[in-house]
Amino acid sequence: MRNPDTLRFAKTHEWIDSDGTVGISQHAQEAITDVVFVEVPKPGKAAQQGQSCAAVESVKAAFDIYAPVNGTVSAGNAAVSQNPALVNKDPYGDGWLFKLDISDKAQLNQLMTHSQYQDFLKTNPH
Amino acid sequence: MTLSSGDSKIIEPLLFEKSVPDRQGFTWPELDVPASAPLPSNLRRRQAPDWPELAELQVVRHFTRLSQLNYSLDTHFYPLGSCTMKYNPKANERAASWPEFAELHPLRPDHLSQGILEILFNLEKWLGDICGMDAVTLQPSAGAQGELTGILVARAYHESRGQNRHVVLIPDSAHGTNPASVAVAGLTAVTVKSTADGCLDIDDLKSKLSSDVAVLMMTVPNTLGLFEPKILEIARLVHDSGALFYMDGANLNALVGLVKPGDLGFDIIHVNVHKTFSTPHGGGGPGAGPVGVKKFLADFLPIPRISLKDGLYSLSEESPKTIGRVRSFQGNTGILIRAYCYLRLQGAQGLASISENAILAANYVRVTLAPLFPKMPVTPCMHEVVVSGDGAYGPGVKTLDVAKRLLDYGFYAPTIYFPLIVPEALMIEPTETETRETLDLFCETIRTILDESRRDPSLLKNAPTTTPVRRLDEVKAAREPNLRHTRGETSPR
Repeated sequence: MRNPDTLRFAKTHEWIDSDGTVGISQHAQEAITDVVFVEVPKPGKAAQQGQSCAAVESVKAAFDIYAPVNGTVSAGNAAVSQNPALVNKDPYGDGWLFKLDISDKAQLNQLMTHSQYQDFLKTNPH
Repeated sequence: MTLSSGDSKIIEPLLFEKSVPDRQGFTWPELDVPASAPLPSNLRRRQAPDWPELAELQVVRHFTRLSQLNYSLDTHFYPLGSCTMKYNPKANERAASWPEFAELHPLRPDHLSQGILEILFNLEKWLGDICGMDAVTLQPSAGAQGELTGILVARAYHESRGQNRHVVLIPDSAHGTNPASVAVAGLTAVTVKSTADGCLDIDDLKSKLSSDVAVLMMTVPNTLGLFEPKILEIARLVHDSGALFYMDGANLNALVGLVKPGDLGFDIIHVNVHKTFSTPHGGGGPGAGPVGVKKFLADFLPIPRISLKDGLYSLSEESPKTIGRVRSFQGNTGILIRAYCYLRLQGAQGLASISENAILAANYVRVTLAPLFPKMPVTPCMHEVVVSGDGAYGPGVKTLDVAKRLLDYGFYAPTIYFPLIVPEALMIEPTETETRETLDLFCETIRTILDESRRDPSLLKNAPTTTPVRRLDEVKAAREPNLRHTRGETSPR
């Protein structure tokens, strides 16, 4: 499991590691409840910041997962497709969704740090 | 399917589980015509069908028991938001079952089918009047097929003008069928954001309108049960960009007789007769999703079209610009007869009272429940009220638990967790056909359940306890779906 303090967060509740790994936050997995289906992108897919790149379905509803930055998908996590519960169990670790070759690292700095994200959640809990 | 714990009542086993080899409920009569040669072997089934074998009384008991387990509008209050579970008058059923309708053959020539054609012709006209549309097709078999038909009409219209518009804009609060219909029609769905109050984000709309956009689909009132205050501005923006404006008629029960969608600027609408016009809600059974359009789109509607000339009704397939057929024969006429009957019973003056009473009932529930829910909306709603359960329950209790507990008290649960923009949402749509006493009892029951949630949350966590099956493990059902019954497997007890 990654230390969330080392990650960057989007307002739409995705996290991204500096190596391009993307997942959803602890808060997001709690809010959407039990994940029952995950659709991960295939390698080579072009990802654009703020555009849908993967889909997560819980017992509540289906959710688009947006790319936090521009890039190209280098890997999808086959393990979460097989076992969607990983997203709930380990959102910062084995529950990662896909990995991007980031085209512009500067975009990472536009995203929130973990503590900024925690503050964001206080004013925008949902 | 797996049950989480215990069991309360006996579930009726499947017919296959009761089957005994060679038991029969029916004896074939003697063959009174010459036996034909058997079918060629390439046309025969490889394996004999695996049918259950039972006596007649077993079959009668089986289906009678199942019917007694059925939870329906005829037995209970059904405040399922977004679904308009209103009473379906028995007069509708009676008319539709008359042999003059029920035994009509769909291939009977027009001159021998004048009665049914007149009914369908008038129903088209009345739905057009109610919606402010110039032409209506009754062909689509359900709301979602109505959406598909409407989008195909829009696509054909743009193509006829030499324009390649392939994007359909859909608010993020829309029903999931909207983007699905767009995808089936071969176009691309793009989401438009909502503002915090659930209305369309005009700035986001502006940024997404372009010469690629074919249609903006909207549900009015929206899924929060609120009338879109900027609807006329939205219509202007859409039309200025050359796109068409489509209304999903899912919430028409709030507008009937009060507002004509055509007057708001909509070019296309589909109507769910099983919601607004009191025909039964499926069970997967036949439905109807009529589509109305403005005059400039009429030529694109599916065939056949019904016309009246020299006092005779006829079906015509001659329509060069049509998108073609969307349904065999004349649609689900049995359902359309029910809708026709309902409109005849209401009359023009009764129409407005449908919506007025639906809106009154929803607001009565909103005001009655307001002291119990800290985040209850203070602005009046239309035909349904979306309540946030945030902060209203005892520790650890979720809206799901409240919904399950309602079943113990004999109420169907409201729609929950929709729309997603409202945390712990309960979406309550009482409809115009419930009495004040029923609404009072429902609100009182909610109060009781919220008290229980603080006093003894386990009552909610373990609910339901009085239903034929206890709480189902919906996570396991979704993660490990087992959709095919095999012989020898027993249903859960």
